[in-house]
Amino acid sequence: MEPRKPFEAIVQEHGPTVLRVCRAVLGPHDAEDGWSETFLSALQAYPELPPGANVEAWLVTIAHRKAIDLVRSRNRRAVPVEEPPERHSRLGIPDDGQAELLDAVGQLPPKQRQAVAYHYLAGLPYKDIAAIVGGTPDAARRAGADGIKALRTVLAAPLLTGGTP
Amino acid sequence: MSIDTGFTDADAARLFAPATAPLTTADAAALDRLHQRLAEDARSKGALDVAYRVVDSPLGKLLLAATEQGIVRVAFALEDHDAVLQLLAEKVSPRILRVPARLDAAARELDEYFAGTRREFDLPLDFRLSRGFRLSVLQHLPHIAYGRTESYAEVAQAAGSPRAVRAVGTACATNPLPLIVPCHRVVKSDGSFGGYLGGTEAKRTLLSLEAAA
Repeated sequence: MEPRKPFEAIVQEHGPTVLRVCRAVLGPHDAEDGWSETFLSALQAYPELPPGANVEAWLVTIAHRKAIDLVRSRNRRAVPVEEPPERHSRLGIPDDGQAELLDAVGQLPPKQRQAVAYHYLAGLPYKDIAAIVGGTPDAARRAGADGIKALRTVLAAPLLTGGTP
Repeated sequence: MSIDTGFTDADAARLFAPATAPLTTADAAALDRLHQRLAEDARSKGALDVAYRVVDSPLGKLLLAATEQGIVRVAFALEDHDAVLQLLAEKVSPRILRVPARLDAAARELDEYFAGTRREFDLPLDFRLSRGFRLSVLQHLPHIAYGRTESYAEVAQAAGSPRAVRAVGTACATNPLPLIVPCHRVVKSDGSFGGYLGGTEAKRTLLSLEAAA
């Protein structure tokens, strides 16, 4: 059985993916809180993780729970405001399109958003995703497919309506 | 363009290309910030067992690692830093993070030592990686004064087992805290250098540095 790596190696290896998942699931403003709570919790529990366990699936499971907690605590504290909170730009940012893509994933309904983020951004099989979000692997697969369909429509829209002069 | 005749892996790769692209500068900065925050949170929750950093020195890159008790490991590049960290994960704890600030004092004292302005280290040490006779040997070594040397036989005598000369050699060869615990000051009875964790050349450099200062 492979011995556990130093946790620093886990952060280096999986930090970027978990950040993308958090951005897609929580949006750009809460993503860093989600990442921080995920890795702190993972560090605390790390000595008990069975050697040879799937680290990525384990991290996404923690991130999923932390995201739910964060959204709940935000909703509890939410008070009506005159101006809607600053939202990430829906316009394509002229860098690499990553923000636009993650934002589009963030607009999906929760089940679809989770299925798409965990399958396509974290690379988990639907069997693992079902174990994380509940329900059957088929249901997770359907949510992923529906999410992709919606995503393609959203991301294709500017091309159809924008046009070049 | 086809209308939903299935979504292939190639389609997925194209659609998600922006998210799998190499890290942008902004991402790298965000991850640096998050790493720092993790180190601080981990410390305040008591979840960090080993902190480490790598420093440059005249003997090449040195890995410095510390527990809450003190410096637990100093390693030469020759020892392979990744392998040393893996061993710390197995022998001390896998809750290891790179936290340079935790090793500022050690880095500063080593700088001063290499500059010839420091003769003794004043750092808390954690000897948990050594036991028994090896530990007795290591605890004797700081008594060999800066610029002086002792033979393996003299050290065996001082550590309480005059006949354990070879065991002194092993204790020096497995010293988890080279430089700070000066195993480089132990030489062969005939005056030749003997082996060294960081290579014989490193031992020669250290003894010349101490002789000149």
